[in-house]
Amino acid sequence: MPGRSINKAMLRTLWINMMTISSSTIRIDEQEIFFEAGQTIMDAAMAANIYIPHLCHYPGLPPSGNCRLCVVGIGNRSVAACITPACAGQEIRNNTAELNEVRKVVTQMLFIEGNHICPTCEKTGNCKLQAIAYFLGMLHDHFPQFYPHRELDASHPHILLDRSRCILCDLCVRASREIDRKNVFAIAGRGIQAHLIVNSPSGKLVDSTIKVTDVATTICPVGAILIKEQGYQTPIGQRIYDQRTIRETAQQEYVSAKAKNDAD
Amino acid sequence: MMPIKPKLRIATTSLAGCFGCHMSFLDMDERLEKLLEQVEFDRSPFTDIKQCGPCDIGLIEGGVCNVENVQVLREFRAQCTTLIAVGACAINGGVPALRNYFEMQDCLNEVYLSGIGVINPKIPNDMELPLLLDKVYPVNEVVLIDYYLPGCPPSADDFLQLLEPLLTGQSPILSKIHLRYD
Repeated sequence: MPGRSINKAMLRTLWINMMTISSSTIRIDEQEIFFEAGQTIMDAAMAANIYIPHLCHYPGLPPSGNCRLCVVGIGNRSVAACITPACAGQEIRNNTAELNEVRKVVTQMLFIEGNHICPTCEKTGNCKLQAIAYFLGMLHDHFPQFYPHRELDASHPHILLDRSRCILCDLCVRASREIDRKNVFAIAGRGIQAHLIVNSPSGKLVDSTIKVTDVATTICPVGAILIKEQGYQTPIGQRIYDQRTIRETAQQEYVSAKAKNDAD
Repeated sequence: MMPIKPKLRIATTSLAGCFGCHMSFLDMDERLEKLLEQVEFDRSPFTDIKQCGPCDIGLIEGGVCNVENVQVLREFRAQCTTLIAVGACAINGGVPALRNYFEMQDCLNEVYLSGIGVINPKIPNDMELPLLLDKVYPVNEVVLIDYYLPGCPPSADDFLQLLEPLLTGQSPILSKIHLRYD
């Protein structure tokens, strides 16, 4: 009977649709969101306007999972959202008091490992490390300070590299390689000896191919790579994170990266 | 007749700091008058009292850069029920901690012997001068701290937001909107 076979086909289509729907959603803090095959938890969350705190992730660049601020809970496991693929049916904890406390401790460790004296840094107010600390309500550094001695590179006429503020997020490494196509930066050494190195015969920025207009020059979330001769043009108190939270700017970053991607 | 409520005693000091936090405290202006109905100052640059007596609240500005700072900080911890680290220098060393990237001897040589414009080069060694520590330390690396008030300096509003709950026996919570490190 023709009518019956149509019904069967319809049912089958409905069944496949239902399976597809249920196999392409995850739940973040009880909110069900869709994801596309190949997306990470971070990608899916950003597309659904859910904020997962992060420092070393930037929309459009491959993730590297090294700042660990995007830690989320799945069952009894903790994973970095930026490098964990979204899988159907994942129940993810994100904005919980417990996880935000863990993130605050991670931020405190990032602060004490370097020399982050905000009142002396030109990046203050525009710094993502500072902004994430504000967002998480960090009042003090808790751990004993390392006060490390790290090499400063002021050789370039227009760009300053102060390694004492570097948090080893490797955004400049990835931006130089993926966007600028130059490979100016790399991370060398292990553990507490890990540091940023410059790809030039002398190891100095002045002998590298870096330009002020490179993405690698401006992507630094902290005050490690600064453009010279434009300090304090925006007064303290009127800077990005004096006006907005990092949660708001992260969403703007995603929207502009998506618009650029769609245009390309 | 209502019993007279005793005033809370507050002590304040500036260790390796610039007194900017104290100046910011005074920015309360006319609100200071209302505050002084509920508090009185013990050892503080405002009173010039030299020894700290038993206090309810101690406010510490600045980090710890010499032996005298350590003594004063320990005196405050011993005398104050609630001890509060105020400002960037007390919390992570701040501007004075910039010397931590150099050897102390190199700093002394640069400032008193080989620096530009030095006349009669000599490193001061008067008995009255407190000995410098190898580094500038945050106050929480020397004594237990109960609360932290970040900022360089914290605003007068921040001070009030911290003190007002303490005056009524509550735990202060600094709003995230007020949180600034610069």
